[in-house]
Amino acid sequence: MSLTIGTMMALSFVVSLIGLAFLIWAVASKQFRVDQSDAEVIFSGAEGEDHAPDDPTSFGFQRDAEPGEGTDTRHRKLIFALIGFGTFWLVLGSIFGVIASLKLHLPDWLTGSAPLSFGRIRTMHLNSVIYGWLSLAGIGVAMFLVPRLFKTPLRGVNLAWGGLVLWNIGVAVGVYAIATGWTDGMEWLEIPWQVDILLAAGGACFAAPLVLTAINRNVHHIYVTAWYYLGALVWFPVLFVIGNLPIHTGVQGATVNWWFAHNVLGLWLTPIGVGAAYYVLPKIIGKPIYSYRLSLLGFWALALFYSQVGMHHLIGGPVPTWVVTLSVVQSVMMFVPVIAVAINQHVLWGSNLWAFKQSLPLRFVAFGAVMYTLASFQGSMEAVRAVNTVTHFTHYTVAHAHLGAYAFVSLVLFGTVYYLMPILTGRLWPAPRLIALHFWLVAIGFGVYFFSLTIGGWLQGLAMLDASRDWLESMQLTQPYLEGRSVGGTLMTLGHLLFAINLLSLVFAARRSTDAVDTATPATSAS
Amino acid sequence: MNKVLPLAVLAFAILAFATLMLVILPAAQFRTVEPADGLEPYTAAEERGRQQYVDLGCYYCHSQQPRSPDQAPDLQRGWGRATTPADYVYDDPHVLGTMRTGPDLMNVGARMPSQGWHLTHLYQPRAIEESSIMPAYPFLFEIKQNPGENDVVVPVPAEYAPADGAQVVARQSALDLTAYLLSLDRTYPADDLELRDLGYDRTEAR
Repeated sequence: MSLTIGTMMALSFVVSLIGLAFLIWAVASKQFRVDQSDAEVIFSGAEGEDHAPDDPTSFGFQRDAEPGEGTDTRHRKLIFALIGFGTFWLVLGSIFGVIASLKLHLPDWLTGSAPLSFGRIRTMHLNSVIYGWLSLAGIGVAMFLVPRLFKTPLRGVNLAWGGLVLWNIGVAVGVYAIATGWTDGMEWLEIPWQVDILLAAGGACFAAPLVLTAINRNVHHIYVTAWYYLGALVWFPVLFVIGNLPIHTGVQGATVNWWFAHNVLGLWLTPIGVGAAYYVLPKIIGKPIYSYRLSLLGFWALALFYSQVGMHHLIGGPVPTWVVTLSVVQSVMMFVPVIAVAINQHVLWGSNLWAFKQSLPLRFVAFGAVMYTLASFQGSMEAVRAVNTVTHFTHYTVAHAHLGAYAFVSLVLFGTVYYLMPILTGRLWPAPRLIALHFWLVAIGFGVYFFSLTIGGWLQGLAMLDASRDWLESMQLTQPYLEGRSVGGTLMTLGHLLFAINLLSLVFAARRSTDAVDTATPATSAS
Repeated sequence: MNKVLPLAVLAFAILAFATLMLVILPAAQFRTVEPADGLEPYTAAEERGRQQYVDLGCYYCHSQQPRSPDQAPDLQRGWGRATTPADYVYDDPHVLGTMRTGPDLMNVGARMPSQGWHLTHLYQPRAIEESSIMPAYPFLFEIKQNPGENDVVVPVPAEYAPADGAQVVARQSALDLTAYLLSLDRTYPADDLELRDLGYDRTEAR
């Protein structure tokens, strides 16, 4: 055993050294050098020129725009299918979420069968929205953006279709397994490892086309969005495989559990959201991000600090002080990459409020980007011991998790989908007012959700720390806040139904003229 | 940045470093920890009950990690002393938990040693505490008109008892789960205190 661990330590050390050598070489040979002019590679016009705002819903199609430029029919359908299935999981997962929320203040509702009990429904909610909605929709967006960023058609489209099938089966079997009580029993890792093999195979089928496309790129510079996507493509498979190995037990299992779970947020969902925002914000506005060089700092600091924050979930627990403290320090260090991204993104949309007012997709993405900043600031503060001692074990944490995974990543994805679908299909959204209604439903719903649980959770934490109050008080006082959460969650779910209706309306609008579009444009307009 | 390979290699190396710090070094430090003196392996029934605890998701609302008296009044609430890795050697998977929507259960077997209490509480928590928001688990029980000799009959107050005088009888799953809950007792002295988070300790010179 000690030999194995010694070998692994030596291996990690060597890998770190090689990484350092690579960094020195890369810096010395200017591999990592970026100029502000590189920020303009996403625009079609010449450098320094004014670029037209790009959002067909608000500003009409750009002059020479072709539907789904650089994509063929199978590729367009693939993107649509990824986002469509993602939305299916979003709606289903939201319904699970609302049921779980209601059960916390109606404990005798639907108690007749085990699959409907709180512990299972809550878990089916999490796995549906993380592995179903966020992962599939995020990959769908990547399948759209990566070929555009690299100015070359997507390679291996058939393989990606295979990935879609495998991944959906994996999530469906996984959620069903949880319903029946077959679980690996660790938060975020509940899907049985046998089923995870399907997800791993599906993930590989998604990764290979993206990597092949990157290798065959026709651009000199790799735009910042693609750094995040390439990073996520390296990170997620490593996390997923190590986290799911059925070898972790006892407290050691807990350290792997939280190393995995927080890195899924930091090194998978965050790159999906930040990467999309880095593309959509400047593209819709028609101006580059504020400081392209700063984005380099933001990216590498995220990788370095975020990867080590997981043990703040075990503050005050049965794990050694040094590893908890390491994660607390790295959590606070997260201010560095977050401020870098905040300066780049918020200065851009904040100084172009005309676009914020006119473009609904931009409103979603900018709102999501602000929530990333707030969620990260809040997360850094929550990791500080003095704050954590109050918020740990309370609903405050649940509110924080939704600020990150929902208000940030999901809203960025909503906005990106609203932006890309007209470009992909050559059809405008039939009912833009429903997009606005979707925005207000989820924004207001989330506000109610977040403030209910944040206030209720904080009061719960204070009550639990007060030795003069019975523990029961800390539970009883959360009641009205838990009811508030159900109201907010229901509004959000209605918004998601509207999102699904909007997508469906585009399918039927598109179907009528698909042939016309295909013949009107020079066949499969791969550049 | 213009090359894919350096980016991928450096990204991988950074994660490998994080894995070294958060996964491999902690594993090296306490994967080989001996069980604490006084900690017994779970019996077959307790292990089956533990599986119920995991697959019903009890750990989403109940923690099993009392905090030290320097941080929180867990000991005063009867939840027990602060725990160390030696207390969890037989736990697979771990159920440390992240929420206290319900109370900590690390020592619930010592605090609530009655099988009847647990069975009633699992059948209908509100029969014991009116304001409880814990789910009822009626599917772990069956209703019988004439319970057999070996049936464990659950005491249920009239308000929650089945109509027509039938009795509530515990299924094997309820008995297993209760056996597990009763086994939760870490009242023996702590081992290897230096392996837990001492970040809240007020005593200096450690």
